[in-house]
Amino acid sequence: MAENGHKYKLVLGYGTCGIAAGATAVKDALEDAVKGGDYDVDLDFAGCMGYCFKEPVIEIFDSAGGSVIYGDMTAKKVPQLLDEHVAKGQVIEDWVIKDSDDPTAHEGDFLENQHRVVLRNCGKINPESIDEYIEIGGYEAARRALTGMTPEEVIDEVSASGIRGRGGAGFPTGTKWGFARKSPGEDKYLICNADEGDPGAFMDRSVLEGDPHSVLEGMILAGFAIGARQAYIYCRAEYPLALSRLDIAIRECHEKGYLGKNIFGTDWEFDVRVKKGAGAFVCGEETAMMASMEGKRGMPRPRPPFPANSGLWGKPTNINNVETFAAIPWIINNGSAAYSAIGTEKSKGTKVFCLAGKVRRTGLAEVPMGYTLKQVIFDVGGGIAGGREFKAVQMGGPSGGCLPESKLDTQVDYDQITAAGAIIGSGGMIVADNRTCMVDLARYFLSFTQDESCGKCTPCRIGTKRMLEILERICAGEGKPEDIDMLQTLASDIMASSLCALGGTAPNPVLTTLRYFKNEYEDHIFNHKCTAGSCPALITLSIDAETCTGCGACVKVCPTEAITGEKKQPHVIDAEACIRCKMCLSRCPSESIVAE
Amino acid sequence: MTNTIDDLEEANAILVIGSNTTEAHPIIGLRIKKAVMQNDCKLIVAEPRHIRLCFYADRWLQHMPGTDVALLNGMMNVIIEEGLYDKEFVAERTEGFEELAEMVKDYTPEKAAEITGVAADDIREAARTFAAADCAAIVYAMGITQHTTGTDNVVTVANLSMLTGNIGKPGAGVNPLRGQNNVQGACDVGALPNVFTGYRSVSDAEVRKEFEKAWGVELPSEPGLTATAMIDAASAGDLKAMYIIGENPMLSDANIHHAEEALNKLDFLVVQDIFLTETAELADVVLPAASFAEKEGTFSATDRRVQRVRKAVEAPGEARGDNEIIADLSKRMGYEMANVEPAAVMDEIASLTPQYAGISHARLDTGITLHWPCPDAEHPGTPILHTKYFTRGKGWFCPVPYKAPAEQADADYPLVLTTGRVLWQYHTGTMTRKSEGINEIDPHGKVWISLDDAEKYGIETGKEVVVSTRRGEIDIEAMVTERMPNGVIFVPFHYVEAAANVLTNNAVDPVSKVPEFKVSAAKVKAK
Amino acid sequence: MTLSDGRLEVEEIKVEIDGTECTGPKGSTILDMAKAADIYIPTLCYDPRMQPYGACRLCLVEVEGARGLLPACYAEATDGMVVKTTTEELERIRKTLVELLLSDHEMECQGCTKSGRCELQELANRYGITESPFVGEKHEYVEHVENPFVMRDYNKCIMCGRCIRICREVQGVGVYDFVNRGFKAIPGTPFDKDMQETPCEFCGQCISTCPTGAIKARPYEGTGRIAARDMLRNACAYFKMSEEDMMEALGLDNWVTRTTCAYCGCGCQLDLHVIDNKVAEVTSPKMVGSGQGNLCVKGRFGYDFIASDERLTKPLIRKGKKFVEAEWDDALDLIAKKLGAIKKKEGADAIGVLSSARATNEDNYLVQKFTRAVIGTNNVDHCARL
Repeated sequence: MAENGHKYKLVLGYGTCGIAAGATAVKDALEDAVKGGDYDVDLDFAGCMGYCFKEPVIEIFDSAGGSVIYGDMTAKKVPQLLDEHVAKGQVIEDWVIKDSDDPTAHEGDFLENQHRVVLRNCGKINPESIDEYIEIGGYEAARRALTGMTPEEVIDEVSASGIRGRGGAGFPTGTKWGFARKSPGEDKYLICNADEGDPGAFMDRSVLEGDPHSVLEGMILAGFAIGARQAYIYCRAEYPLALSRLDIAIRECHEKGYLGKNIFGTDWEFDVRVKKGAGAFVCGEETAMMASMEGKRGMPRPRPPFPANSGLWGKPTNINNVETFAAIPWIINNGSAAYSAIGTEKSKGTKVFCLAGKVRRTGLAEVPMGYTLKQVIFDVGGGIAGGREFKAVQMGGPSGGCLPESKLDTQVDYDQITAAGAIIGSGGMIVADNRTCMVDLARYFLSFTQDESCGKCTPCRIGTKRMLEILERICAGEGKPEDIDMLQTLASDIMASSLCALGGTAPNPVLTTLRYFKNEYEDHIFNHKCTAGSCPALITLSIDAETCTGCGACVKVCPTEAITGEKKQPHVIDAEACIRCKMCLSRCPSESIVAE
Repeated sequence: MTNTIDDLEEANAILVIGSNTTEAHPIIGLRIKKAVMQNDCKLIVAEPRHIRLCFYADRWLQHMPGTDVALLNGMMNVIIEEGLYDKEFVAERTEGFEELAEMVKDYTPEKAAEITGVAADDIREAARTFAAADCAAIVYAMGITQHTTGTDNVVTVANLSMLTGNIGKPGAGVNPLRGQNNVQGACDVGALPNVFTGYRSVSDAEVRKEFEKAWGVELPSEPGLTATAMIDAASAGDLKAMYIIGENPMLSDANIHHAEEALNKLDFLVVQDIFLTETAELADVVLPAASFAEKEGTFSATDRRVQRVRKAVEAPGEARGDNEIIADLSKRMGYEMANVEPAAVMDEIASLTPQYAGISHARLDTGITLHWPCPDAEHPGTPILHTKYFTRGKGWFCPVPYKAPAEQADADYPLVLTTGRVLWQYHTGTMTRKSEGINEIDPHGKVWISLDDAEKYGIETGKEVVVSTRRGEIDIEAMVTERMPNGVIFVPFHYVEAAANVLTNNAVDPVSKVPEFKVSAAKVKAK
Repeated sequence: MTLSDGRLEVEEIKVEIDGTECTGPKGSTILDMAKAADIYIPTLCYDPRMQPYGACRLCLVEVEGARGLLPACYAEATDGMVVKTTTEELERIRKTLVELLLSDHEMECQGCTKSGRCELQELANRYGITESPFVGEKHEYVEHVENPFVMRDYNKCIMCGRCIRICREVQGVGVYDFVNRGFKAIPGTPFDKDMQETPCEFCGQCISTCPTGAIKARPYEGTGRIAARDMLRNACAYFKMSEEDMMEALGLDNWVTRTTCAYCGCGCQLDLHVIDNKVAEVTSPKMVGSGQGNLCVKGRFGYDFIASDERLTKPLIRKGKKFVEAEWDDALDLIAKKLGAIKKKEGADAIGVLSSARATNEDNYLVQKFTRAVIGTNNVDHCARL
């Protein structure tokens, strides 16, 4: 990392998570403070460093190569940061989340327990500078392949690495490229699926915002391998920062001659265009995506024929996920053996997971395949927030399933997770604690699926609606005894007959929660009780008189004025007036409000 | 049509000239659209107005009405000049190529551009596209036949088709779209002044003998008058009586005033129809006839497909089938027609018509599709004509020069009037203007005029204007549209209250005697 | 191999369906092969005029070696394929699919004029469904009756997409598309415009393809004889009989006559449905003739004229400025007399006959025969001249 001769280099995490947490104000404050020339520091920004739970985040490098990462930064803290650390060389211990002198201390083990291949450059380089990317070896893999390898050799390397598609299907990438390569015809297309629609998934966004060139380089390699001269990135419109950084990166590539004609002086030509999505989760399904790109309504079509034979505009097309493409340059640079040395027998390499929900350290966790769920959630994720108990982890978003505590020793591996009843999917991991109602969780995912269903096929359009209605009734306390059987048979028929994976996997959350948490369903239906104390229709809220401090925070937020009490005296909730919105529970500083 | 409606969708290129296919022959329009949308067919539309078909076209040649020969000769010039013609086909199956090449040499794209108004490069590209296709079909209709140069137009189409070897195979051919449900059949069975059934000349003694034998009576040998000539003869006082069946010349003839005057001059006029048409209003005797739904018989479609017509309801009141009326009248005039049951009549037709020899109601009722020629009862019909040779043996190129229309725009009448159809109505509206729904969607006619011309002549959309020619004038609502070229206006001829044919010119083609409906000189002014 | 009309011969393939060996041209779908072999596979979104769509999922079949069930309408049959069209699972899935569709559909067929011809009703009967076990939200759309020809009641829509696809793929116009998503998805016109404000050509292809009563022909809905037709069709549905069988059982002639359209030269085939000597409905027989089941606005809706009360019903003879009704004998005798006189005085060539391009071949033949043999002139022509 170039230091321009300064004593320190200060890098601000500037991804969407950081910006959402207030990094723009920090950026302005830094630029303001530094412009006078008073501080011997080189300012830069990078993508997300991964510490989403501590954003805004700043990493300060010294000239010896050590670094300190500060979390929870604000504009107000900037002067002190500059005065003490930059001017005086004093580390502000209270704010440190990682120190290279003691890497696992503070929150350092969050990163130390990860194995960053895909995220290798995120948070380390300025994503809007191709020069920084080149400096750390960027585009070397592409150059080597285009000038010294055959397309078949590239495919062989990728196959040997064992990498499986990271979008969710887990299909061996090298094999998939082989199909497209073999398809006859001169016109072929390459598509990067950047539609990332799962709720709680943001790994693709982070890569596109933090290291867009790794994706472009992966695409150049893929295009060369399969023989496609034109590529598209289908990126959801809800990622404006990713879109603008892609535009910048593509432009820079053109300027350097890495895209366009005669790349690296060869007679290979290749170009990438970005196509913005328009708010449809279903367009992450490859045939719906291609329909959308062709200007049609984004609805899937049956397969076969598969895109490798007949895809975009009827031509052979290969589609891969952002994460897959980002790994490819690393594989070519370090060799397939290095990649396949990581992971399990059938699932090689690393996977980026998004830790969300009730885990203490939310953010991106890239771990080698083979880590147990326990390692990911506890060693990297820091366990359950608020000291509560782990109940389940929902893996793979609305297509996936939840796994209970008994399955925490399962290894993160495509086949093992599937055998346990969930899927790795795109890598979302939503952690639930004992206050999460599993029925409500299933209901949530099904409402998402029904909302995003395109409506083309009967089982998804009407079937998921009817399943959702049943779950809504159960959560509202109107469940019927036959509901559980009906959910299972409907689920089975929907899965067997849906046109695409949206409908085909929509019942998964219901099926896995039924498998592992049937008691909660039965509680709702037969006992009129929400086991986790969550569903508004089935709980009563009350205040524990022993712990209540009478601060009145709850009274301020109650929409129906159901809480009464003297100042500093235990307060009381009128059960009749209470609508169980749980606003009070979320505000109570002494956790005195009980739901059961 | 030399080909069938079905195989049109197999064409790799289609040139549509003088046909508003999606409105006048919607089902054939569907085949063309299918070829374009699903089979990568290249569509070239030669048409002065932007008709709906143009939306599907690769190339739209917006030529001035009446300049078809120049346009097609221009295309042939390019095809010969660039060596794109089908040398094998020309050598083996045609005669007269040298004369054709000589004639079209003059019609460089630049010269054609001057005459037609189409850019020279567009003519070039259209020619290349047409010639490059494996199978290219030409589709035409009244847009090129209703001219004083109608015959020239048609032979030029045939020239182009033969030049590019596009005869005798699927997806190719010369394909006139016959307008009426049975105009093809009416021609086939001899309702023409110069031929008997099967297009055999009345002057041919051998043929006449055959018919005299079959009918048991001596027959006249001189070709008779065409419909247009009959009107002229009536006007001159030479024709004294007319018997008009299922036709409405008072609205469909060019120059209606002339037709009206002629019909009024007759000593005796009989009209046989299903409604009291404008022509029937002038008759001395009106006979009520049965409609298609009230009789048995056959129609021959434009692709020579002979199909059954079946009785579904009884004719109203005392209306009778045309066959019965003719037989009864014939009897009263001294000639007894043996058996006029439709099936028997078809058998009689088959016995006298080589092309229909294998066609009978019984065969058709089995569900078989028969395109004539069908020479015997085992023959499956002939979907595609001229697959191995032409009727005369080799095809003969008839090169013709461009001739201007009879009446061109001038200082007094500065606009070219062209007429035609709209999707909603059929011809003189006898049938369609009885439909409540159609009347709601399309209550009356409009004159189409370009934006520039509208401005020039003070015309506004929705307002009444007066359109006049040397023959008459009509009041009609105006529609200002980008779909019209400058210098041309369009009036549909379906609406009696704004009858386009009050305006049209009854100058005829010297061979076919078809009037020049498509070009006359007009002027327009706001009312 | 090149055939005699210049076409290339297509390769034949063999597949096994339910144990039966079926042959057909390469490129066929499994459904094509099954239909050719008379093996039934249920469908709802299939219409032979259009490209396969694969959305209703009723035609799912088991194919040996395939990953998951395949839609027979969409999947290409390959040489040596082994297919099972019916298993316990497939039948259960089909039943569930129909039950799901019915859960958002009026279950009372009485009063719907599509009863007896409705593909959904047929399937409900086939699977013995009288009530749907899935109870939930039902749509309540307002019926669209803004134009004289096409009525749309989306409460009966099953989202097969056939109307959208036929308008786009076959007619090439594309007046409809789906709007909204998921359970709320429904066909519609752009910005919900009235159909007469869209490029709609009122060809009625959408009506001809709609499997349920969602899209109907407005001129053919009504009272009187049409109610009689509907009662009969309801009876067919109730007794699970075809219309032909019902008519036979009741001792009535088939009320449907196949004929050729009387408008342009395309020669489309029509089915005229007649009740009480009036044409109550006009439909287009599928995959027949040059139209293959498609019509235009005139062919589909232009037949009011047959029963118009302006039809001529009696011969008329002019008396001065007016017409007077006459008997046939009087009218024909008059004509015979007059024509005979003119022929005698001025010659046969002073008489001209215009035949009709609207009339049949048989009629036209007789007209020219009459003109030549009886009047004695070749002055016969018709509007081909025009």
